[in-house]
Amino acid sequence: MHEYPVTQEIVRIAEESARKYNAVKITKITLVVGELAGFIGESISMYFEIIAKGTMAEGAALEIKPVKAQLKCDRCDRYFDRPRYSFTCPVCGENGRPTEIGKEFYVENIEIIT
Amino acid sequence: METKKVEVIQDIHAENERIAREINADYNRKGIFAVNVMGCPGAGKTSVLKQIIARLPGVKTYVIEGDIESDLDTRTMQALGIETVQINTGGACHLDSPMIAGALKNIELKEPGILFIENIGNLVCPAEFEIGEHIKLLISSVTEGCDKPYKYPLAFEKADIIILNKSDLKPYVDFDDAFFSSGVKGLNPGVPVFEVSSKTGQGFDAVVNWLEEKRK
Repeated sequence: MHEYPVTQEIVRIAEESARKYNAVKITKITLVVGELAGFIGESISMYFEIIAKGTMAEGAALEIKPVKAQLKCDRCDRYFDRPRYSFTCPVCGENGRPTEIGKEFYVENIEIIT
Repeated sequence: METKKVEVIQDIHAENERIAREINADYNRKGIFAVNVMGCPGAGKTSVLKQIIARLPGVKTYVIEGDIESDLDTRTMQALGIETVQINTGGACHLDSPMIAGALKNIELKEPGILFIENIGNLVCPAEFEIGEHIKLLISSVTEGCDKPYKYPLAFEKADIIILNKSDLKPYVDFDDAFFSSGVKGLNPGVPVFEVSSKTGQGFDAVVNWLEEKRK
């Protein structure tokens, strides 16, 4: 349910870009989805087939590039994967802070036929 | 006929955020301070709002109630004389900007004041969508357990204020304060956390003081 409206938006963005290039068809859409974006790739793929029907993106391949969430250490400036139930830097033991890495949710590129 | 790859780099939330900015600009013109109230089902969102609004006698308050079904909370608020409109999402797990824009057609924000928007009871999705608010107020409760910052990090990371409700029940549940606090601090170092009880009203004066200071 949650993924349905965002998948409509993905198709809308892809069609809008394709029209700028006078494309006749979209053959592939590449999405970047961070693990903290809150959207499930499989679910987007499932809705995509249904929503793309009758649009320029009908039958297009959908590639989803996942991004793992990273924290940044306050002390040693390292980026690291968040351990379970803690925020501790594996190198120096200081608390890391959330970063924007892992929150990505955008259409990276499309492949089109012109 | 030619096949080519073209760069797009367009955020999928961009349209939602554009509408959110328009809504926010409209609030600013009207002197409205908008609070996005988030929390899981049963955290006590409506009860917290009742306690807060009761302590704002000189301030015009409005409420938008978001629920999948029913208008129970709207009727509760209206019975207290608070101008309230209902959004029923019919299944959707969060409010978004177009829904708020629709609801704002049904409530006239005539006087400056505070608009509380009670999001869908859900500790996940509401944190992902801007709805034009000035602040996000997160309500957690001791009965949910102290591990929630670790399990639902985005809601805690994005909150501007956290209310820990049902503090009167602490003697009856195993709530590890230190574990909860270190989770909150790890995600959101400066965020104020207020312990309250909607049952007894304890702790709400401090919340209201913070809100009044924030909207200045």
